Order: sequence, then structure tokens, then C-alpha cells
Amino acid sequence: MAQWEVVIGLETHTQLTTVSKIFSGSSTEFGAAPNTQASVVDLAMPGALPVMNRGAVERAVKFGLAIGAKINRRSIFARKNYFYPDLPKGYQISQFETPIVQGGGLTITLDDGATKFIELTRAHLEEDAGKSVHEQFDAESGVDLNRAGTPLLEIVTEPVMRSAKEAIAYAKTLHNLVRYLDICDGNMQEGSFRCDVNVSVRPMGQKEFGTRREIKNLNSFKFMQQAIDYEVQWQIAEIEDGRKIQQATVLFNPDTGETKAMRSKEDAMDYRYFPDPDLPPLVVSDEMLARIKASMPELPEAKCARFSSQYGLSHYDALLLSQDGSTASYFETAVNAGADAKLVANWILGEVSASLNREDKTIEQSPVNAVRLSNLVARISDGTISHKIAKTVFEALWSGEAASVDAVIEAKGLKQISDSGTLEKIVDEVLAKSAAQIADYKAGKEKALMSIVGMVMKASQGKANPAQVNDIVRRKLA
Amino acid sequence: MSLTTQDIERIAHLARIRVTPADVADVQAKLDGIFKLIDEMQAVNTQGIEPMSHGLDMVLRLRDDVVTETDHREKYQKNAPQAAEGYFLVPRVIE
Repeated sequence: MAQWEVVIGLETHTQLTTVSKIFSGSSTEFGAAPNTQASVVDLAMPGALPVMNRGAVERAVKFGLAIGAKINRRSIFARKNYFYPDLPKGYQISQFETPIVQGGGLTITLDDGATKFIELTRAHLEEDAGKSVHEQFDAESGVDLNRAGTPLLEIVTEPVMRSAKEAIAYAKTLHNLVRYLDICDGNMQEGSFRCDVNVSVRPMGQKEFGTRREIKNLNSFKFMQQAIDYEVQWQIAEIEDGRKIQQATVLFNPDTGETKAMRSKEDAMDYRYFPDPDLPPLVVSDEMLARIKASMPELPEAKCARFSSQYGLSHYDALLLSQDGSTASYFETAVNAGADAKLVANWILGEVSASLNREDKTIEQSPVNAVRLSNLVARISDGTISHKIAKTVFEALWSGEAASVDAVIEAKGLKQISDSGTLEKIVDEVLAKSAAQIADYKAGKEKALMSIVGMVMKASQGKANPAQVNDIVRRKLA
Repeated sequence: MSLTTQDIERIAHLARIRVTPADVADVQAKLDGIFKLIDEMQAVNTQGIEPMSHGLDMVLRLRDDVVTETDHREKYQKNAPQAAEGYFLVPRVIE
């Protein structure tokens, strides 16, 4: 059996965060009653003309700068012609020959820490279509044009990914980036971030690409993984059974986990692109470019490098903390409030993340805010509480049992015992009952010491200062 | 270049225009005339001239990102042959 190589390219439709549509003054807000946000331009009434939204242009430029792409100072809008009821004009305004953003790329990090640069082909501005509903009416389809004219930036990669893992890593990195830049809210349920995945396979070592099939409209990373895995297996099985892959557009069915062709190449669309006579060339002025450059936030990669150097974090921790803007700012707020950076990092990536995951919350919704976490960590650093007790305090803060770190420590009597007189007394009591362990320790078994320290900690209900206990036990048994 | 009957049928289908078999010859002759015109234009020497994407030498005007439209659904839907529950209704389409 031949070894197969998977080739993947992605096209991602990101809905831009403008308040109004790309060519009209209609609202883009999600969830309004059908057709209440559709103006004469969106409805394609005769004589209505498109007027370009500056906000959409600025967001596209921002993206281009972030990925080191070429910003085409002069780009062209074209008509992509096809007929469907949710596209009243009979064409979609898009960009074809000269998109606003060309080239550039993103560095992805895989689970094993390996990195790869994913080259982008282009990113172009276009309008979204409306929505059709088929179940609500008996013999007709319903058309809602609220979404028609919503600004999209379609971001296209070169076919450079070689596994589902790489594709997912790319999609997640892009998802983080567009939210960082605040150009897309990234809400996948509401369709603000939709991925089309082009998949083909070829025998390992072959130069030419195999025939690709395009999986449309994946709106979760989990579905993307499932869809690619299924599609790859399907294509390999087809070829190994002696059949040829036909170029096609396929849909993923989450219920069955399968992909299914919706149209094959024979009736493939011929979009007959041509420059839209309603829209002269889009020019990005020097002034606009300079203004956007000046407003660029620190990007994830730069932030990751800074977290490593400034706070002495490992690359892996820095990467996890810098991947999304909210986590990064939570981290820096906690550190700026005075706590040790490495400890704060451990807490965010440990206890805080675990608790957020458990309750399906985002870090902005964390019941323990950054300053409170900072106070907690400070109390570990200054020896007031042990690490273990800190977890108890954290849980109390999380559940809302108490409002401040010190209040919890006080109320529960959790303060660490560092008074040597008290500690010595507890140690003596434990040693009196530990003849066997003492003999073991004296016979050279270092483990026995740990067991004695453990018993002391237990006897103190976890409140004893572990380092001090260690010293006292060693001294007494010396 | 000269168009075939199949070309005419395909172009008509893409444009969703019904061309009856009796009309094909007439449409073919007219489209051939247009293509001849294009051929003449293609023959012009345009070397050194920067291609234009628009007939007018102007750039796209930009508007500020503000919502200026309000809901006129009721009025707009009076133009539609059929509407219900806020939706425009069309003959059932399922891909």
C-alpha cells in the first residue's frame, strides 16, 4: 500500500466588526427580525448604488499589516455572477484580480512545540449573501437579507498544510489573531468565522497535487478535524479502489461524521468576474496607512517573545499566555499588581484554566479576577499560606464565599504556621509515633524523611510551613 | 472568433435568459458582432498604457462606518410577490 501525503489549503470568511454594512448604512447586528436590516442597496432595488465603508477597508489593512503582507494601494472590486435567491443583485461584489491584501503569512505552533510558517495567498474584501430558510414554510423557501452586504474578509492560504493538525493549528492561530486585532469577533456559532477546507491526497514523493475537494462552511474546530479526517480516508480509499477523485464541493454532516458532494465539476459555476462599474478603484492613502500602522496592537508573536524575556517564562508558557488577548491582559494585570510572574503564570495555566474549562467560562468571566489572583499569589510568596492551602483559598474565592484573599485566610484560620516553637512541638509528637520511619531514614532511605514531613503537614492540617518542617525534622534526626 | 449553438445555449443558461431554438441564429449573429468589436479593440496597440479597471479616472469614495438606515420592511415587501413572517418567499430551493 502506498504512503499518502495530505495537502490542505484554507479559505476563511471572517466577518468584520463594523457596525454598518460594507456598501450600505444598514446595521450588521446579529439576531434582528428577518429583513429589518435590509436597505434598498442590500435589496438591489434599481438605481441603488453601493458606497464603500471606510471601517471595512481599515480592518483589511490592519490584517495585512499584521501578517506582513503587501497592501495593494490600489485594489479593484469585481462582480462574481451567480443566481440564488439570497443574492438579490445576481452577483456578489468581491475582489478578483487585485485584492487589497497579497501574500504574508502566519507562524503556527503544533502540540509538540514544532513551528511552521503558513504562507497566505491573499485576503480580499467582499459582501456576504443573505440567508435562506427551508423548513419554516411548506412549499417555499424564506429569504432573510439582514446578512446580505455584511463585510467579509476572505483569507486564503497556499496549499501548504500537510495534516488536519496543521490545518486546525492554522485556523486557531488565525482565529486568535483576528480577535487580537479586533477586526472580527470570532463567534463561530453566529458564522463570524467560517472555514472552507480544500483537501487532496497524493502518493508520498509525487510533485503534482492530487484533485481536490472543498469542504464548505465548517464552523467549529472539532467539525473541521472530523471532516478532514473523514475526507482524507475517503479519498485514499477511492484511489486505492481504482477510482478517480472528481473535483467537487462537499458538505460535512456532523450527525454522520461524513462528507458528501453537493455539486460536481460538470455543473461547476462559471462566475464571469468583471470589474464592477459601480465602484472605481479602492485607494489606500498614505495617511490611512500611517494611521493604521500607528494603531497596531502588540501582536501575539511579539507578546510571546516579550513574556519570555521580560518575565523569564518558558517559551511554552509564554505562548499559552499570549495566544489570546484576554488571557495576556489578565496575566499582565496580575503581575503588575505585584505578584511573582512565574507563579502567576502557573496559576493561570493550572487552577484558573481548569476552573474556567470546567464551567465553560472565558477568562473575562472568571469569578477570581486578576488582582485577586495576584493577592493570592503574593500570600504564597510571603509565606502566609502554602501552595496547598492556596488552592483552598482559591476555591473559596471562586465560589464567591469570600471577597478577599486575606478575609478567607482569616475566616478559615488557614494562615501558615511558621512559628518554630509550635512547629517543633508538632514534629516531636509525630516523631514519637514514627520509630519505623526514623530507623529507615537513619538506614539511608531519604524517602522516609518525606513520609515524616508528610505526617507533620497532616497533623498541622496543611498549615505548617513545609520548608521549615523539613529543616526541623532533619535537624532532630541528625 | 465565432460562437457555436452550444455556446449560445450555455451563455443563455448562465444569464437565465430563455432563448428559443428559433431565436438562436439571431442571437448568435448579434453576439458574433459584439465579439468582432472586441477583436477590433484587442488589436489596438496598448503597450505602455497602464490598464484601467474603470471608465472614469477617479477613486472610490469612502463613507464613515455608521448606521444610517432604519427598518422599512413593510414598505419594501409591498414590492415582493410573496412574503410571510418577515421573509421574502421564493419557490423552494434546496441545494
